[in-house]
Amino acid sequence: MKEKFIVEEFSDNLNTRNRRGAVWHVVFQASTIVGILALITLILNVVNSTFGYIAYEARVDPDTLAADGMPLEAQSKDQLVSLLQTELSSGAFNKLENEKPFAERTREEVFQLVVERIVRPDIVEVWDLWISLTQEDEIRATVARDFPNAELDFVSWLTTDFVTRPQTSEPLSTGVRTAILGSLWTIFFTILLAFPIGVGAAIYLEEYASDNWLNRIIQTNINNLAGVPSIVYGILGLAIFVRALEPLTSGKLFGIENLTSENGRTVLSAGLTLGLLVLPIIIINAQEAIRAVPRSLRNASYGVGATKWQTVWSHVLPNALPGILTGTILAVSRAIGESAPLIVVGASTAISFDPESPFSKFTTLPIQIYQWTSRPQEEFKSLAAASILVLLILLLSLNASAVLLRNRFSRRF
Amino acid sequence: MTSNDTSQNGQYVLETRNLDIYYGSFKAVTDVNMKVERNKITAIIGPSGCGKSTLLRAFNRMNELFAGTSIRGQIMFDGEDIYAKEVDPVEVRYRIGMVFQKPNPFPKSIYENIAWTARIHGYKGNMDELVENSLRQAALWDEVKDKLQQSGLSLSGGQQQRLCIARAISIKPEVILMDEPASALDPIATLKIEELMQELKKNYTITIVTHNMQQAARASDYTAMMMLSGEGERSGTVIEFDDTKMIFTNPKDKRTEDYVTGRFG
Repeated sequence: MKEKFIVEEFSDNLNTRNRRGAVWHVVFQASTIVGILALITLILNVVNSTFGYIAYEARVDPDTLAADGMPLEAQSKDQLVSLLQTELSSGAFNKLENEKPFAERTREEVFQLVVERIVRPDIVEVWDLWISLTQEDEIRATVARDFPNAELDFVSWLTTDFVTRPQTSEPLSTGVRTAILGSLWTIFFTILLAFPIGVGAAIYLEEYASDNWLNRIIQTNINNLAGVPSIVYGILGLAIFVRALEPLTSGKLFGIENLTSENGRTVLSAGLTLGLLVLPIIIINAQEAIRAVPRSLRNASYGVGATKWQTVWSHVLPNALPGILTGTILAVSRAIGESAPLIVVGASTAISFDPESPFSKFTTLPIQIYQWTSRPQEEFKSLAAASILVLLILLLSLNASAVLLRNRFSRRF
Repeated sequence: MTSNDTSQNGQYVLETRNLDIYYGSFKAVTDVNMKVERNKITAIIGPSGCGKSTLLRAFNRMNELFAGTSIRGQIMFDGEDIYAKEVDPVEVRYRIGMVFQKPNPFPKSIYENIAWTARIHGYKGNMDELVENSLRQAALWDEVKDKLQQSGLSLSGGQQQRLCIARAISIKPEVILMDEPASALDPIATLKIEELMQELKKNYTITIVTHNMQQAARASDYTAMMMLSGEGERSGTVIEFDDTKMIFTNPKDKRTEDYVTGRFG
């Protein structure tokens, strides 16, 4: 191109300007890459602990359990049941019978019980996925040298059994069903409390409240509440739901007498506490969404003589709904990953029965993960990693269904 | 209903009496006295920022939707003060409809744009008939009769604006206020709107704000010329109100003459 005539006092700085732009381009790209790397590291770390070799020794040698010259693996269901009857105390056997009569259990289930209750494999060493893949020979040598009686197995800690079994104290037979159900029950009450109240408050603040000092103070406080540490909400929940509203949250008010939950440390208390925690987030997001509805649409509605409520209900809300749902998804994602407030409210750490009502004791996935990571043994770290994967999958599927729901609403026109 | 020269079937539908309009403490419009005649088109013209739209929105109390607006003086509608305490602004907007500068159909189907409007006012008649009649009156029926279930937003700008007019007349208001209804449209669509206005004035009274002086000259019967004046030239007022012909051919005020002949400033 022909050289541009440069007017006095102006300089030809196009190259400098372009170079400066290119530098920022690289900086922004680098920030994105750092973020993605952090995410990948996180996932790899979790996956690394979820799979790998384990070495375990049986506390009772299966060979000694052979009956009629048949090894344990080949025995029939009846033989296995009678084995349980002789080896276990009658109390323990009756408890199993009460949970599910042996007549209804398959041979596979009974065999599993024998392994869990009599053979009781005991983990002596755990290796993570990377070492398992790269140093297999060394692992075999170590096991042969240090634990001659141990068996070596490549396991995935995340199995369907892990997801469907209740929590036990044995790492090889424990599961997270209790925690998953606890999380789902809790989140149900969280949404039940926070969504209607949050959206209602947002509608009031955006559409009805006049701009005076009182409403400005309320608005400022809601903004600040969104930043209050979650443990503070835990203490609030403890004071209000567990202590003050104990008759309600323990179910006594409804005539439910349950000794295990009579102190109010129930699913209901937890859900309501998390509901309070995410309420400001939902209010703020819903307000943003309502504010984003164009003025021209409101004008159109008022201009044909619609009342405020008709305008809000027929035009503002339907158009703000996708945004409101996005905010709710974010809030619920936060609630489902919270552990601190639930510890304060009193989630149980060791619990093996499913929550069955709002007034049940409970544990949740983050609590379960926290509990397992605080154990010194390696195998519990792997269990925690597997639970983290379960939590992530649960979170992603909840979010995916919410996004589908949102897209259905926003495809109207 | 008080009965005087602006009663139900009188000559004038709207009449302002010493009307001042305030945004907070700022007086945007000062001392307007004008009458809007029944079944005529009254245009409000003037330079940007002189308060034309503010005045127009005062006629159906749309200004109140913005915080901090207030009026002094009176606006009489069929002899009744629409700013009286016992008057519900929703009722005012029902009887004095409005068409906005930017076409703003509801993000609903063409049919539902009109049906929703009728339904909120408790319409119990034949909805299909009402939709068809409204669209016919707005000269839109032939273009959309095969796609009534499509979104109102799928139409072109000019069609959208006619849909907004159809929506406004579906509830049979007495007055239709139009706030620069053609300023976002091309000349052909503009012409259609102007032709439509001539049709509509048989049944309705129309007040229109426009920037386009040819439009005012072509389409209106009366013209109000607004300009900033008084109080340090910061507040708008009607400096001349007359037959459109008079305003454009024989204005009394020097400023009007300068403005309509393009010699302003």
